[in-house]
Amino acid sequence: MLAETLVVPRRPERTLLILGAVAVACAGLFMLVNVGGDWAFVLPFRGRKLATALLVGYSIAVSTVLFQTVTGNRVLTPAILGFDNLYVLIQTCLLFFLGTGVVAGLDPRLRFGVEVLVMVAFSGLLYWGLFGSGQRGVERVLLTGVVLGVLFKSLSSFLQRLIDPNEFIFLQDRFFASFNQPDEDLLLIAFVLTLGVSVVGWRMLRTLDVLVLGRETAINLGVNHQRTVAGVLVLVAILVSVSSALVGPVTFFGLLVSSLAHAFVRTYRHVLVLPAAALIAGVSLVAGQFVLEQFFAFNTNPRVIIDFVGGLVFISMLLRRTQG
Amino acid sequence: MIRLAAAVAVIALLAVVSVFIGVGDVSWHALVSPGPDEQALQVLLISRVPRLLAVLLVGTSLGVAGLILQMLARNRFVEPATVGAADSAGLGLLVVTMWMPQLPVLGKMFVAAAFSLAGTALFLLILRRIPLRSVLIVPLVGLVLGSVFDSVTTFFAYRFDLLQSVNAWKTGDFSHVLRGRYELLWVTFGLTCCAYFAADRFTVAGMGESFTTNLGMRYSRIMALGLLIVSLITGLVVVTVGMIPFLGLLVPNLVSMFLGDNTRRSLPWVAVGGAGFVLLCDVLGRVVRFPYEIPGATIAGVAGSVLFLSLLMRRDARVG
Repeated sequence: MLAETLVVPRRPERTLLILGAVAVACAGLFMLVNVGGDWAFVLPFRGRKLATALLVGYSIAVSTVLFQTVTGNRVLTPAILGFDNLYVLIQTCLLFFLGTGVVAGLDPRLRFGVEVLVMVAFSGLLYWGLFGSGQRGVERVLLTGVVLGVLFKSLSSFLQRLIDPNEFIFLQDRFFASFNQPDEDLLLIAFVLTLGVSVVGWRMLRTLDVLVLGRETAINLGVNHQRTVAGVLVLVAILVSVSSALVGPVTFFGLLVSSLAHAFVRTYRHVLVLPAAALIAGVSLVAGQFVLEQFFAFNTNPRVIIDFVGGLVFISMLLRRTQG
Repeated sequence: MIRLAAAVAVIALLAVVSVFIGVGDVSWHALVSPGPDEQALQVLLISRVPRLLAVLLVGTSLGVAGLILQMLARNRFVEPATVGAADSAGLGLLVVTMWMPQLPVLGKMFVAAAFSLAGTALFLLILRRIPLRSVLIVPLVGLVLGSVFDSVTTFFAYRFDLLQSVNAWKTGDFSHVLRGRYELLWVTFGLTCCAYFAADRFTVAGMGESFTTNLGMRYSRIMALGLLIVSLITGLVVVTVGMIPFLGLLVPNLVSMFLGDNTRRSLPWVAVGGAGFVLLCDVLGRVVRFPYEIPGATIAGVAGSVLFLSLLMRRDARVG
């Protein structure tokens, strides 16, 4: 949107620098404005929030861009295909079949492991749907994903009805750390996982660039398509688990971020697109949180606002693209 | 015709069965030899029968609303719940609840319907601005728009502590339907009849604007009529019981697979199918965890999505 009104020069590195500066400025504002007296309390408290926001932004942005590369489609995102709702469903199932005592005692690492496994299995199914059996239109996959998302959501709420409501509410607080009470353990695990994914992803960057050219071309150029895509989907599954665990399901944020990133940085190179997307995501989340806290005295996570803005921007982008 | 009658008979049977399900003792025996206070009859007339009627009316009208919307948007994958119609109706309800809580139900209904009308009209306007659209873009725009409305609603609901109510509007539930609380839904029956009389117009509108104009009809007028019917139905349903997902998507699609796209032929089937679907969901929700209940919308979400997926998986399912 913004990118269309400004004439963006084809200098992605510079754009990235500007984005980085904006991100730093946002983080600084967030940390230092209106601290009042009690620095010793406020700084760590805000630091945790900032860390959560940045981690969530990073994982959503990267997972969306990777997913779009693999599927060769700019409209698909893991969230639209029901990944986030699947995460909630897995949580609910664990709770329902194992009971609260067991789940509360589970090592979070183990829980994450189970989640990621199921998500990877699900993405395998999706992969099969996309590339496996004959010519399936993207429409069908997209719609299937949306419907699956609703199915997961309904199943979760169905099971949640069967679970003792008090127990569930107690556990819901444990599952979804909000921006305001980030669970330190969860943050640490999330950070370590994201770091791991980034290291693996870093080594795949060039291959990813080739994947953009499409399946047949990539195979012709010597990419082991099936293995690469499977690997990327695993990374996506991990990242989605991270972001969902930290703030719960987010709908259109990933779509917004990746579209903006592609508009700002007009290149196919992941080495530039990924950081751009991650920075835009971080800036939006931190700025959103900042505005909410300072101007609305509204202590909730800024997902609501971002989904609102994201939706508007996305629609206007669709309108612009078809007219231009 | 005979088949339709058979379908109606099956639903009638299920309806009779549904009246006897519940915690209060309503059985033939209790009805035939009433106690001193005729309790069984009271339960039947005040709670069970109204509930049954509400279920049938909601099912019928939501199916028809989905069908009309699919014709107007010229897309198979839209329904009131996925184009922002329901979300904007919820926003309207929230506005009423915040500023005019003492408004009678009829007034609330009109506000919700007005908001729903605005939301759906906005959706169709956006669609018109996207000329070269693929099948995929349409439901996507609807979903995005819906989430925009929804986020506004959530924002204010959170601030005014109304999240619980908002969730109630989102999840259709028939457990609180009593005599005197559902009668507004009869309006949806009238709207369904209207839709049937105007059925051929919607068929033509489904062929596109130029086609409609060539046949000497005003496209914009048909659009306005369809929009009015869809948003009134949505507003009514959201105010009285809450939204039922998938119904408007699933039933018209199933019917069109067997009968094609002639609205006059398919509309009665859509109405009957919708009623049967909601009735089945409601009965299941009451039986699964007796004596507790699971909202019909939850069952509809599970059953509807599974059915819809199996539709999609069929090789010969027509997409578009």
